[in-house]
Amino acid sequence: MTAFLARRLAEIIPTLLLVSVIIFLLQQLLPGDPATVMAGEDRDPEVIAHIRQQYRLDRPLPVQYGYWIKGVLTGDLGESMRLKEPVAKLVAQKFPVTLQLALMAIVISLGIGISAGVVSAVYKNTAIDYAVNLFGLWGISTPNFWLGILLITLFSVHLGWLPASGYVSPFEDFWLSLKTTIMPAFVLGNSFAAVLMRHTRSAMLQAMAADYVRTARAKGLSERVVVLKHAMRNALTPVVTLGALELGTLLSGAVLTEQVFSIPGFGKLMVDSVFNRDYAVVQGVTLVTATMYILLNLLADVAYVLLNPRLRG
Amino acid sequence: MPTLDPISAQALDDRRDTPARRAWARLSRRKSAMAGLVVVIALILIAILAPLIAPFDPAKQTYTAVRKAPSVLHWFGTDESGRDLFSRVVFGARASLLAGLVSIAIALGFGMPIGLLSAYRGGWVDAVISRFTDAMLAVPFLILAIALAAFLGPSLSNAMIAIGVTSMPIFIRLTRGQVMGAKVEDYVEAARAVGNPAYRIAFRHILPNILPALLVQATLSIAMAIIAEASLSFLGLGQQPPAPSWGSMLNTAQRFLTQAPWMAIYPGAAIFITVLSFNLLGDGLRDALDPKER
Repeated sequence: MTAFLARRLAEIIPTLLLVSVIIFLLQQLLPGDPATVMAGEDRDPEVIAHIRQQYRLDRPLPVQYGYWIKGVLTGDLGESMRLKEPVAKLVAQKFPVTLQLALMAIVISLGIGISAGVVSAVYKNTAIDYAVNLFGLWGISTPNFWLGILLITLFSVHLGWLPASGYVSPFEDFWLSLKTTIMPAFVLGNSFAAVLMRHTRSAMLQAMAADYVRTARAKGLSERVVVLKHAMRNALTPVVTLGALELGTLLSGAVLTEQVFSIPGFGKLMVDSVFNRDYAVVQGVTLVTATMYILLNLLADVAYVLLNPRLRG
Repeated sequence: MPTLDPISAQALDDRRDTPARRAWARLSRRKSAMAGLVVVIALILIAILAPLIAPFDPAKQTYTAVRKAPSVLHWFGTDESGRDLFSRVVFGARASLLAGLVSIAIALGFGMPIGLLSAYRGGWVDAVISRFTDAMLAVPFLILAIALAAFLGPSLSNAMIAIGVTSMPIFIRLTRGQVMGAKVEDYVEAARAVGNPAYRIAFRHILPNILPALLVQATLSIAMAIIAEASLSFLGLGQQPPAPSWGSMLNTAQRFLTQAPWMAIYPGAAIFITVLSFNLLGDGLRDALDPKER
């Protein structure tokens, strides 16, 4: 296990470095002189000169990258031009909000996706299976910002049950926090639930046809025990890894969901920064998201090995 | 009247029984895939014939008809500037389909040759390309597309470039994997043995054999690209007003949910139907073309 972990960690370091190169090079895409573009409306030569000096834009590209990555490695992601605060501080402030949303979305999607997938496999080729498959197609084909708008129209505008926007921390008021986040979390988890459902269904169908399930049935075990204890336990192992690969979609989805529900997480921070030409923040949020995604995939790999005794040796 | 002897008829049947025909036969047996195909064709026709189908100019503002509910005159109602929503949804199909097709053409057009090169040359070329592909895949798709679109500047063409570049690693990896598998097949060995140059083996022998897998991925990626374009336009990074786009229409609709909920229903439904159709078609193509999935 230690050797596996060491090998995987060694693999992700060059990937992370290359990700940082790609994200750093984004600023080269700015049309014209980056310092002038970054200054936005402010065409004061002093401001432009300050930006050029701050980002060392007058130095060769590899040198600029060297300074940037040195800062990143020491936790310095640059400074927000708009908010005049360190990007790392802004990300740290917004991160708990997005984390709460993502965790709630994962719980919702695991609950819906896995149970729907199991039910669909157990009742294969019945009306229930078709209905669950329709839900799967709905989930992967619905843009989550549209689903968010539809739910706001129903639950906030017409029924008045839930607030349409805003965020309250669970440490301030738990129930109000739940009320403000349940709808966005459902929207965020919707497509993830559909993907999980599809993976679970296909893994369960394979497991249900396996010899050990036939043996369990031959022993006279009840169908409930066969499905829940024998088939499901084995079927869920590949779902963990496949599910983790979709976590990137969840992180991407947070950008749109936070925008629709005006939730001050780091997805909204990114969008606000895009419109305020606050490029250091855009780069910082992209880098942090990519790093989180890579680490989540590593965690999924570790979980996969831990869940599968044959891979532990 | 001349008739074919049974042996010649059999030979003719065999010649007609091409892999493409077999795949079509399998595809046409799947009702959901055929439904997807019909809707996709209908949407393409709607996009092409938009000026003939739309009853109004999609950009024409009528201040006496602001936020009118759906009626016989305005089937989908009107928006905050009195523009006919049905006409805007019809013209919006152009932006969505164009973005889906162009961005995936970019991804496929660059991704396929790079993947081919990576698998065929091997060595350090393969190592460098593979590491870059891994790095690009390590950034969540939409986050990278938003970042790219942000730096390129908001416009439909930049959104298409951003989505195309972001989708490219999938095609590089898929092509590389497929070519690696095909390289050791007997027909490639045979082509090499008779002295075919590498580029000819790659383009004449390997490429036709890996096209089905690429076609399946392209169809499913178009669905993803359409959602991505709608997402970028929703955020204001895609099609710019007053040109109609389903994503930007939803962005505007958000401000009028109490007064004009219909503004949010139809553009979203259009995205849903389009993406669903490409997903159904892609799933069907995968079953019909990809032997591993059968």
